[in-house]
Formats: sequence, structure tokens, C-alpha cells
Amino acid sequence: MEETNRNIYSGQFDIEGGNFNAAGTVSTSIKSILKKLNIPGEIVRKAAIVSYEAEINVVSYAKKAVVRLTVAPKKVHIEVDDTGPGIPNIELAMQEGYSTADQRIREMGFGAGMGLSNIKNYSDEFHIESEVGKGTRLQMTIQTP
Amino acid sequence: MKLSEVKDILDAEVIVGEECLDLEVKTAFGADLMSDVLAYAKAGSMLLTGLTNTQVVRTANVLDIAAIILVRGKKPSQETVSLAQELKIPILTTKYILFETAGRLYLKGIVGCLPKVESTSGRN
Repeated sequence: MEETNRNIYSGQFDIEGGNFNAAGTVSTSIKSILKKLNIPGEIVRKAAIVSYEAEINVVSYAKKAVVRLTVAPKKVHIEVDDTGPGIPNIELAMQEGYSTADQRIREMGFGAGMGLSNIKNYSDEFHIESEVGKGTRLQMTIQTP
Repeated sequence: MKLSEVKDILDAEVIVGEECLDLEVKTAFGADLMSDVLAYAKAGSMLLTGLTNTQVVRTANVLDIAAIILVRGKKPSQETVSLAQELKIPILTTKYILFETAGRLYLKGIVGCLPKVESTSGRN
């Protein structure tokens, strides 16, 4: 990343796949870190939403993931790199309403096939890459004013 | 209106946040599907729902939801209560069903945080 030397904050967090009780703890941490850095409320909210959606995905489908949070003067960057089954058809997975969620995920109130498209909508820049049998990597950038 | 008025209108019980009843609220979003709440609910709104697991509190937290109103007499687990206390998110519970809860609040001036969705894409 070109702005590495000027980063205000960088840190990383682990997510454990299948641990529904802990789902949301990473996004709650990210939210409180960004608040402490005096990032504007609407930016903090977007970062919290995209990281929470990603966290729900990891807990629902992957074995584990590493989340890297980088705060630069003009942007917040969140990368979620998981080890898991990967996504065979990204275009399909990005469609609202397309879901492979099981009953357990749906009982929690998720699995409506909105997650990835919601992440994209709340991010200023969004990249997804996935390899079947290896994992999925999401990169979200939210610009700060 | 103040959260204390919401409590009166809904004949609700305050489970978390007795000290937050002076909070001003103007809008609400109602759903049991957290995926939709994440996509549509606006900051400062109340969340009307029948789901009671900890993810409801996590969802409310990331969205800056003002208060969670549990409908149909639902009671949250101790885990959900503890998390709401930690994250300082009020939880009220009412015996009214979701439709009645929304209708009674709407009659008194609370509106949806958005009237309808624009399309299935580009809603942000």
C-alpha cells in the first residue's frame, strides 16, 4: 500500500469459523478503535457494517479469517482474508437474494443473500477474490472526508 | 418523542436502559431478518423485532440503532441482556405484535426510517 508510512493505525484480528457466539466482536472492536481515532460517525458506521457482514460470512462459511484494519489520513481500509471453501461463482454470490445459508444461519436472522451486495453498497471501493478450496479475500475501502 | 413515551404507548417493559428513557426517537425499522436491517435501517432509529439473540444487539450496535423494541412479548436471554448493557443499547419488550407495535407508534408520529426501498440495487 502506497500510504503505509502515513498510516494512522493498523492492526489485525482473528475470526474463528463456526463460532456464532463471537460473531460481531471484531466489528465491535473496529468500531471502538475508529471512534477513539475521531473518525466521523458516518464513516465509523459504514466500516462497522461492512466488517460485521464479512464477519457473519466467515463465521457462517469459513474455517477462520484474519481481518486487517488500516486507517490512513483519507481512508479506512478493511481486508478480510479467510481460509475456507471459497466461492465458485462470485457473480452469483453477489446477487441479492442468492444464498447457500443453512437453517442455523437463518435462525440468527441472516442468510438472506444480502451480505456481499450490502458490503459493496457501503464501501467506496470493494474487491473480492476467491479460490475454491482455499478461501476468499474481501477488500473494502471507505473514504474519509 | 422520548423513549419513555414509546414505553407508555406500547405498555412496554424496560429490560435494559432505564436511564436512557429521555432519548429522542423519530423513526423506526421493523424486521426479523437482520440481513435486511443491515441493508436498510438508519442511524438513530428504533429496531422493532421478534428476534432475541445476541446478533440483534450486534446489529443494532453497528448501525447506531437508538433502541431495540422486542415485540410479541419476547424476552431476551441473559447473554443478550449483558451485551446490550455493555454496548449501552436500550431494550424494551412489548406484548403487542409487530403490526400493532408499528401502527401504534405511527399513529403518534413515529415514521419508518425510509418509506420504501428504491430498488433491489444501489439502495445505499
